[in-house]
Order: sequence, then C-alpha cells, then structure tokens
Amino acid sequence: MSETYFTRDHEWIRVEDGIGTVGITDYAQHALGDIVFVELPAPGDSLSRGGQAAVVESVKAASDVFAPVSGAVTAVNQDIVDTPGLVNHAPEGDGWFFSLRLADAGDLAGLLDRAAYDAFVKELE
Amino acid sequence: MAETFSGSRGPFLEEPLLFEMDSPGQCGVDLPAPPEVSDRLGGLERTAPIGLPGLSEPAVVRHYTRLSQKNYGIDSVFYPLGSCTMKYNPRLNEKLARLPGLADIHPFQPISTVQGALELIDQTAHWLKTLTGMPAIALSPAAGAHGEFCGLMTIRAALDDRGEQRRRVLVPESAHGTNPASAAACGFTVDPIPANGRGRVDLAALKAKLGDDVAALMLTNPNTCGLFEDEILEIAEAVHRAGAFFYCDGANYNAIVGRVRIADLGIDVMHINLHKTFSTPHGGGGPGAGPTVLSAALAPFAPLPAVLHDQQGWRLVEHAGADAAKSCGRIKGFHGQFGVFARALAYMLSMGGDGLRQAAEDAVLNANYLLARLGGELTPSFAGPCMHEALFDDRFLKDSGVTTLDFAKALIDEGFHPMTMYFPLVVHGALLMEPTETESKATLDRFIGSVIGLARQARAGEAAAFKAAPVNTPRRRLDETLAARNPVLRWRPA
Amino acid sequence: MRYLPLTEADRRDMLAAIGAGGVDDLFCDVPAAARWSGPPNLPGHAGEMEVEGHFRALAAKNLSAAAAPLFIGAGAYRHHLPAAVDALIQRGEFLTSYTPYQPEVSQGTLQYLFEFQTQVALITGMEVANASMYDAATACAEAAAMASRITRRRRVLVSGDVHPHYAQVVATALQYTGIEVELLAPDPLGLEDLIGRIDGDIACVLVQNPGFFGRLRDLSALAAACRGDGALLAAVVSEPVSLGLVSSPGEMGADIVVAEGQGIGNALNFGGPGLGLFATREKYLRQMPGRLVGQTVDVDGRRGWVLTLSTREQHIRREKATSNICTNSGLCALAFSIHLALLGEEGFRRLARLNHARAVMLAEKLAAIRGLRVLTPTFFNEFSLQLPRPAAPVVEALAERGILGGVAASRFYPSYPELAEVLLLAVTETNSDAELDALAAALREVL
Repeated sequence: MSETYFTRDHEWIRVEDGIGTVGITDYAQHALGDIVFVELPAPGDSLSRGGQAAVVESVKAASDVFAPVSGAVTAVNQDIVDTPGLVNHAPEGDGWFFSLRLADAGDLAGLLDRAAYDAFVKELE
Repeated sequence: MAETFSGSRGPFLEEPLLFEMDSPGQCGVDLPAPPEVSDRLGGLERTAPIGLPGLSEPAVVRHYTRLSQKNYGIDSVFYPLGSCTMKYNPRLNEKLARLPGLADIHPFQPISTVQGALELIDQTAHWLKTLTGMPAIALSPAAGAHGEFCGLMTIRAALDDRGEQRRRVLVPESAHGTNPASAAACGFTVDPIPANGRGRVDLAALKAKLGDDVAALMLTNPNTCGLFEDEILEIAEAVHRAGAFFYCDGANYNAIVGRVRIADLGIDVMHINLHKTFSTPHGGGGPGAGPTVLSAALAPFAPLPAVLHDQQGWRLVEHAGADAAKSCGRIKGFHGQFGVFARALAYMLSMGGDGLRQAAEDAVLNANYLLARLGGELTPSFAGPCMHEALFDDRFLKDSGVTTLDFAKALIDEGFHPMTMYFPLVVHGALLMEPTETESKATLDRFIGSVIGLARQARAGEAAAFKAAPVNTPRRRLDETLAARNPVLRWRPA
Repeated sequence: MRYLPLTEADRRDMLAAIGAGGVDDLFCDVPAAARWSGPPNLPGHAGEMEVEGHFRALAAKNLSAAAAPLFIGAGAYRHHLPAAVDALIQRGEFLTSYTPYQPEVSQGTLQYLFEFQTQVALITGMEVANASMYDAATACAEAAAMASRITRRRRVLVSGDVHPHYAQVVATALQYTGIEVELLAPDPLGLEDLIGRIDGDIACVLVQNPGFFGRLRDLSALAAACRGDGALLAAVVSEPVSLGLVSSPGEMGADIVVAEGQGIGNALNFGGPGLGLFATREKYLRQMPGRLVGQTVDVDGRRGWVLTLSTREQHIRREKATSNICTNSGLCALAFSIHLALLGEEGFRRLARLNHARAVMLAEKLAAIRGLRVLTPTFFNEFSLQLPRPAAPVVEALAERGILGGVAASRFYPSYPELAEVLLLAVTETNSDAELDALAAALREVL
C-alpha cells in the first residue's frame, strides 16, 4: 500500500516498501510554465532531507527541487530529461523525477498529507 | 489585418541566412595576391574547409540593410524601456569617435604618441568626478555589471587591507539580477532586504540585518521602482555605523545628474552606465562602459590602469607599484572602453553642466507626465512623484484575460517599443515606463493615446485581439519553449 | 539645447497636468541636505563646431596609425576595414536598438547574432558559440570559471605565453572564487612544460595560439594530456585573422576557445571596446556564460530567432548565475560579422595568407641585420625580436622617426630583466613594402 506526502516546496513523495518516488506537484509545474530542462541526481547519490536534489527550468524560471527525505537515489526518470514536457502533462505520473531508499522513515512525519497540501496551496492562490 | 490606433504598420521583408546565400568562390573584398614566401607555420596550416559563405559586396550590403529593417531603434520609434534609458544617441558623437587621431591609435603605442588620448580619458574622468562629487574613478569596467564587479572588488580589497572578514552583502529584493551575481563573483554571500509599502528600502529591516559581518549594501538610487530613496541619508549613516560600505548601482543616475551629487548621499562607490546616462549607443546590446566613481577610502584599491599627470605630461600607470600599491588588479584588457569615453565626452561637452541638469529635469518631468496622464487608466504601484520612470502593475488588467505581456505586444502594433515588463519583481505584472528627456510632448501624447485606448479595449473584453498581437511585425510571437527545449544555436548545412 | 525637444511652454503645460508648481516639486524626495544647487562647476552647453574643434585638438596630439607605419600587435591588430562595415553598423536600427528582448521587433539583431554564433563556431572549430563577451581578457576569466564548474576542480594553469593582460584578468577575477590560478613565467622561447604540470586537480590549462610572443604551437598533445587527466583545455586567440591560415584550437582538441574579435571589423580605438568570442562543445552549453540566440518558429510557423537558455543568466539565476555579465558587444559583433561576410571563405584565407607572407618578409629583412635575432621560429603575423640593447628606448627612438615600431616586452614585464631587449613586432596587410623597408632602415639607424 503506497502513501503520498507533500512538502511546502511543492514536491511530492510516494512511499512503498521503503522506496520513495519524488516529483513536483501540479501546482509547481503550473507556476513554472512549460518545463524545458531537468537536471537529475545520479543513481547512488546520497541526498539529505531539504538538500538540493534536482533542477527544473522553464523559459523564464529556474527552480531547485529539494529532497523531501534523506536517502540514497535508486532510480532516475531519464524520460523527463529527454521530454521535459512530461512534467507538465503528468506531474504525479510519468513526470516523476527520481526514487530513493529512505534512510529514516521518521522523515515523513514532517510532511503534509494531500488534504493539508491542498489547503496550503489554496492559501497561496 | 487588424486596424491600429496609430495607423502604423511594420515592414515585412524575408531574408535568408548568410549561409543560405553562399556563392562559392565569391568575395566581397578585393585583396592583392599574397607574395610567395616559405611559410613559418610549422606544419600547422589549416587545410579543411572552414565553411564560410562567399558573397559579393552588394549582396552583403543588402542583407544587413534588410536585417536592420526588422529592428526597432530609438532613431525610429519611442522606446520607453524602463531601467534601460533609451535616449537619443547624437550622430556627432559617432563622427568624433571615428577621427583617425582617436580611432586609429594602438593601445601600446609609446605614451608620448597618445597624449591626446590620455587627456581625453582624464577629461571624461573630470566631468564624471565633478558631477558626482567623488574624488576618484576607475575607468576600466566595460559595462554596468562589470562596474559592479569593479566596485565590489575594491570593497573586498579594502576589507582585506583592514584585515576584516566581512562577507555578507545586503541587496534589496527589487535589485537588478546583476547585483547578487556580481556579489557572488567577489566571494560575498547575498542577503536580501525587503521593501516597505512605499516602494523603498525598509529602513528598520535594513538596520536589523546590519552587523559586523556585513561588507556592503548595494542599492540602486533612484531605485528600480523609479523612486528616490528618501531615507538615503539615514541608510548611509546606518551602513557606515556598522562598518560597511555603501555601493550605489548607478543605472538610474540619469534622473539626478546636476541636481544631486553622489558624494552628498554618503555613497562610497557607484558605477555609471555611459550607455544610459551619457547617450552612448546601446548597439543592440553593447558595447557599453561602466566607469566607477570611488570615495577616498576606496580609491587606492581601484583596478589598473590609471591615468596620471606630471611634469612630463600624461602617464599611464599599467603596473602595481608606487602609484598603485594597493590596486585590486586588472579587470579588463588594455585601458578601458576608450571609444565609448569619446562619445560620452562629446555628449557632456555638447550638453554642458547646464544641459545635463536640464536633461535630468526633463526626464523626470516626462516620467511624471506619463504617471499623471496614465494614472487614472492604469494602476500606478506607488504614489508619485516618481523620478525618471513610472511604474505600473497589472491590477488594471484584472479579470480582463489580458496579461502584461499581451499589453506590451499590442503596443508594438501601435508603433512603440514596449515598456519593460515584469521588472522589478516586487510588483505584480510590472510595466515600467522610462520616457527620457529625448521625447517631445507630442510623442508622449501619442503614446498616452495608444495606452489609454488599449487599456479600455482590454477592459471591454477584447482579450482575443491582445492574444494575437503583434500582427504588424516581421514575425509574430515566437515559440520560446521550443527554442529552449531543442536548442538550435547555429546554422548547419542541411 | 539641440538634444532636448521640450519647450518652456511644454514644460509649463506638463507641470500643470501633473499638478506641480515647478520642477523642484518633482525632486521633493531628495533630502534637503543633499540637494545640489548647481549649475555644476562645468562649462555650459556647446554647439557642434565647438565640440568638434575640441576633439580635433585632442586627436591632433596623438600619432595615428593613419599617419605613421604601425607594427604593434600584442592583442590589438590594425586591419583594413571595408567601407561597407562602418556604413552598415551606423544604421540607426542597429546602432540605437536595445538588447533584443522583444523578438518580434528585433529579428535583425537576433538573426545577425545567430549568424555571428555560426561564424565563430566555424572559425574556432567548435560546436557552439555565444553572442560575445566584453573582450578576450574577460572571456579567458569566464572560460576558467566555466572549466572549474564543469570539472568541479579548483586549480587553473595559465601558460606563460598567454597575453599578460589576459593572465592578470584571470588572476584578478578569480581571486575570491576559491579557484587557485597558477600563472607561469613569460615564455618567449617556448620552453615551458605544461603537460608535466597537469594532474588530477587541474580544472583547465589556458594557452594562447599564436602565443603572446608570436609562436605557433600544436595543441594536440596538450589536449590529449588534459583529457587523460580529466582537465579541460581552454585556448585563446588574440589575432582572429590567424584562424584563416592556422589550424583552429577546436581542430587541435580544445574544449573551450575564446578569442579577441577586434581584428575583424573593428578599429583599434586605443584598445576598447573589444569583442570577446566564446565557443565550446555542445555538451558544456549549460555551463556557458553570456547571451545565446536560438532558432525557433512564430505562431504562423515561420522561422525566427529568440534569446534562449536564459536560466543560466543573472536576471533569472541571480547569485547562482554562470556569470554576472548582462550584455554582449553587440555592435562590435555586428562589425565582425559583416567583415567576415564580405571576406567569405576565399577572402578570409587570402587575408590571413597575406598577413603571414608580409610578416615572413619582415622577419627575413630583419634577420639579415647584424645584431638582430628573430626569437620565434614559427609565427603567424607577429614575432619577437632579440635586440642588442634595451627595447624600450629603441621604440621611443623609432617613434621620433615617425614609426610605431612594435612594443617592448618590458612594457608588460618590467620585473623580468632577461626580457628587456625583446621587441614584439606585428605586420598586417596594411603595411606596405615601403613601410617594411622603412622599419628595417630605421632599426639599423637607432641600434
């Protein structure tokens, strides 16, 4: 059974069997506009919670993607490097960024659930 | 094709790339046959084809003439590009900078053969120092951002000289992006300071951020919202009390020339964009020049070279030594943007002290006229008076479906270059208009007519017309996403 | 005042529309203590005749290359400028336009920059080039910083045959970035061992070709050595016309090529403005500094150009940008591009060959003079000459005879006594046979 969590920096993480898959939210992709470039971590990289993990760029904006939790990168989504528009079309699906093995499941405690994130976004608008 | 308020239509001419007009073997320059010699190339001769196209002289002249017709310039249209200061570029400046005695001299000729050039540099320096009230000037910076770099390098060198480890630079959120980038290049960390509700630095917030690790405050004045920092004396005092330096970004100095001396504001260092304030041409993006005036405390750390005068005449100090023991080093090749200095000096001599002051006043008057006449139709971000530019935000377009970008593009069809859009970042959907002293009242009135017409059209629900704009241009809106996703940065043979 | 169109009546009407009593009201935000009563202590406005007279008097105090044979290079080269170049760059639509931020009304600037980028990539032998930098010196510093970003290494090695101004600018610009810059001693004889100094800590080696002292070098082995140790090879060219005859750094394996473009299309102007060329491999594109123009289409599907990949730049990335540079040398790039378009493949090669041939002729003439020795066995259009006595007074003596006969190495290296007798001489297509003879005769006299 997987569960999805969110950060206030507009990342999502879906956790299943100790592996978290990370991407940016629909709100984030919409705010950035057409994504033109993505830079991903390398498999095996060790990320720490809140640290820079990836870069995402539109024509007029560049944004860091932070690791929602600490862990070692297990896979990256090469498809979004080749076709950055996937992040716009399916931010929580084919537009995922990378997955990592959680170092400490306790990191999830500080994250938002979907209802809390939706409420957070509503306040921003 | 849509009717426009002004009746203007842009020119349409299609022009291929140089490389697509290749006529192999053709040449637009007649050169003598090289004499036969045994070469000294040591076997390093370039043998493979380079790939440059061959063209006759008329083909080249027509190509570039047609390309020029796809551009807007100040010579052809009103160009109210905020923060860029698109004023008239006198043709006299171009003529004088091309005198063989100025254009056809080499940077490494014996000093005895370039006394007039060094005197020209010194005269330029004299005008700039007198106008700003500052005792020293560094002439080598090539542009505004390079002047920022120069100023921050002198600050860093002065701090090192004092043995102080200050590394934090305070930069308002509204600052131009070069400010934090230049600070980073000098090894400083950047700490943003917020604006207050009047579009100016929040003095209390600034004071709270000051400390013994702060190297400098970088402040644009008049600021990027087109407003004079009315608490600048308090700001300078607080910065100095904290032991930090006060850097002024002089991008907007044109508003106050002859009315305010930089030294009287407590500023330690400021770059001057000769291509803005002193009328040298922007040339489609350079070359500019960013000479940087310095306080007595920072003067010893100025970069090389320097021009000095003694009994022998004019001298060029090219090395650290007795005359420049504490210089921060060399930041550019040769001796600065000499050709740009010549143009700026021609402008200053033409305008005189009286004309420069009048120009600043007219620039401020023109901006306030726009603010007053457009204030009722558009939404000014802050109360006036403004300085040389008027800032509006996009509240007047609320719920119209028209964005700042759409509005700007519609102005192109009216025969005007758009204002600066989405800068500064501190207001939503910014429209920053800088008319400069170059514009007549009649031009401003025509522009006001178009802006008001468009604002009413937007509010009348005619968003579709805006989305289609511009239509009277050689190209309509271009796909920037495609350009960035799939970069094609050069021509390649098919 | 001829540049100010507002009349007194306009000013009154406008103040009334604003609701201000006078122009002083508009400056009310200036603290009273900082108001300058003016008018400033400077001369009043002047007409064209007076200003022109002032400038002609200044110009007359200089010895122009139009009036004296010039044999000075050292990073600034005097070539003949076709009349069309200056006529075209003075078209107001080029001269008085801004950075092409509004592509619909800037296709002229954007297209010539796209053509310029292509020309620069072709002549340097690289895959991509930017829309230009300030000059070669600052471009060298940008190249070194870029190499450090790519390799994540913090040491840069600068050859002693790199122009001393370039080397000094690299050292100044990088001194607070945490990148260590190692400047090698001046190397007129080509004795330095760069390959032996490369190790796993070096981000890049910066070399110049032709060298500051004139020597041509094959960069291939150095490029291979850099590659072997994970370092980049950055090469700088100070005389762009050399690329019409000498193998390009790209062909020899360089990873970044920068150059001074002034020699094509641009006058000497006492050394400024210059034109920095910057080219590299496509894979390093995102680490490249400076403005880039890219091809795209408009809403009607027609080909056009825009500024692109701006997220590298300061207006978006701010303190994390690849550089603080905000402009390029647009008009100088235009002059360069027009001159190269006029030359084309044939003309560019012929111009380069002409320069080389005339330099060889001069070297042969001077080598025949007792006491003179050409130090540079291979060169393009500039070489070093060993004199029997200090070069600086010789240069002065030549100037007194109306010849701008090179530059003494001591002007750049005052603390190297072994270079005191070295003279750098450059020859271009503008130097006639009579000028070559005059220089040889004058040198005989003053030695």
